[in-house]
Amino acid sequence: MATPKPRVKVPKTASPGEVVTIKTLISHEMESGQRRDQDGNTIPRRIINSFTCTFDGVPVFSCDIEPAISANPYFEFAAKVEKSGTFAFEWVDDDGSVYSTEAAIEVK
Amino acid sequence: MNNAKTGLAATLALAVGLAAVGPAHSDPVDDTLVIDGELEMVTRVKAPEGHPFDEVISGWHYRTDETRALEADTFQNPGMLYTQRGEEVWNTVEGEAGKSCASCHEDASASMKGVGAHYPKWNAAAGKPFNLELQINDCRVSNMQAEPYKFDDPDQKALVTFVKHQSLGMPMQIDLSEGEMQQWWERGKERYYLRMGQLNLACATCHENYNGNYIRADHLSQGNVNGFPTYRLKQANMVSLHNRFRGCIRDTRAEQPKAFSDDLMALEVYVTWRGTGLSIETPAVRQ
Amino acid sequence: MNLTRREALRLSAGAAILAFAASRAGPALAGPAETEKAMAEFTGGASPATGRITLTAPEIAENGNTVPVSVFVESPMTDEDHVTEVTILAEGNPNPGVATFHFTPMSGDATATTRMRLAKTQNVIAIAKMSDGSVFMDKKEVKVTIGGCGG
Repeated sequence: MATPKPRVKVPKTASPGEVVTIKTLISHEMESGQRRDQDGNTIPRRIINSFTCTFDGVPVFSCDIEPAISANPYFEFAAKVEKSGTFAFEWVDDDGSVYSTEAAIEVK
Repeated sequence: MNNAKTGLAATLALAVGLAAVGPAHSDPVDDTLVIDGELEMVTRVKAPEGHPFDEVISGWHYRTDETRALEADTFQNPGMLYTQRGEEVWNTVEGEAGKSCASCHEDASASMKGVGAHYPKWNAAAGKPFNLELQINDCRVSNMQAEPYKFDDPDQKALVTFVKHQSLGMPMQIDLSEGEMQQWWERGKERYYLRMGQLNLACATCHENYNGNYIRADHLSQGNVNGFPTYRLKQANMVSLHNRFRGCIRDTRAEQPKAFSDDLMALEVYVTWRGTGLSIETPAVRQ
Repeated sequence: MNLTRREALRLSAGAAILAFAASRAGPALAGPAETEKAMAEFTGGASPATGRITLTAPEIAENGNTVPVSVFVESPMTDEDHVTEVTILAEGNPNPGVATFHFTPMSGDATATTRMRLAKTQNVIAIAKMSDGSVFMDKKEVKVTIGGCGG
């Protein structure tokens, strides 16, 4: 599997107090642990088990993820912004890897 | 689920859907595909002369509201992850010549714009039509001195998706006047109407005669190829055209021709022609 | 179609046996009891009221591998009064848990959208927990169809 690549969509600008929509997508097979290979052996679970979004270090939204989330997990949620700053996004893999990205927003 | 079981389930579905239960017809959904609210796509167009239908319709119209919405938003479309990966592949140096695709073709958004809309194309040196996969492999061997991709290598799918995506919204149109393209078209047409397998189905059975009906829960489209490689919800992955050809043929319980075999290249020429004028939708989203 | 009636019946009979065999081999599904257990763990035993939370999912999913699902909870989302968590459960899956969303006043709106896997036609449940400990629930049945085109 190629290294999972996150994509995020955050508006570039917003007015103070505006609630903006954030969309995130990451490439990941989300192997559920329920499937079997051609020899009948269970394919071990390997999923992204959590997702977190913070704004200048303050929690905005997070999610505990089960194997029932589809491959290439998509999360869309809202955030209220009062001032310019940076959103940080983190996805945690079962194998301990952490995939992260950031997006700045200008509030004026 | 293992392959054997999937195959059986598919066979079961075909048998029950087409034979035991009377198929119900429903019209393709009346809707307009606009990508990101900006790019309006041609998803219905007057058929070329000699086509069995009056109007050529994209498979997009046969999908549910939710699936259609996924394709209309390039952010929500999971196929865009593979387009992004394809761009990385485009810029990666491979092979003895120390080149990437970009070394010669530079910016794909300029150099590849429209290219994918005109494949398959006659290749005089090979004496047969080339699709993008064959063209890329030829380029890898002759110019990059790299190994050709094996069929459905994830990088092959990503790169083809990326190249085809540069023609998003442009009309699919192949040149049948070059070389022996007309003969390949004829051969593809024969293949299209050839009943095969234990279920005795031709491509035309589902996609022409029963087009608009349901095969179990699948709304049968015209089988146009303007969205390939396409993101399929079932596989949650990109599916190449020859993978889909082989899947369909397996479901008829016939022996599957190899990917890029003359049989399937001829079929690709013919079905691409059947969708003449439809916008390239790659990466489309289907069930 | 040129399938004769006899051929069709033969194929259907074969199909029924195969379908039975396939159902026997499938993984155990969660069922309502396990779902209730998961609900009780989330709510701490409080029984959820209806209202305030809206779960949106297709009535018919084109493919169970990728089913869009959204939740929205009415709330001022202030420090004093906000939604803290929403959990989504699918009672016909091998395990009922799908995802749990954690909100803060900085979320602005208590809303989230994702895509889930559903093993079969079943009820999907969303439960919201408020900052005062009250819980609200919504439920939708999603029909999962079986396509004709296997590969």
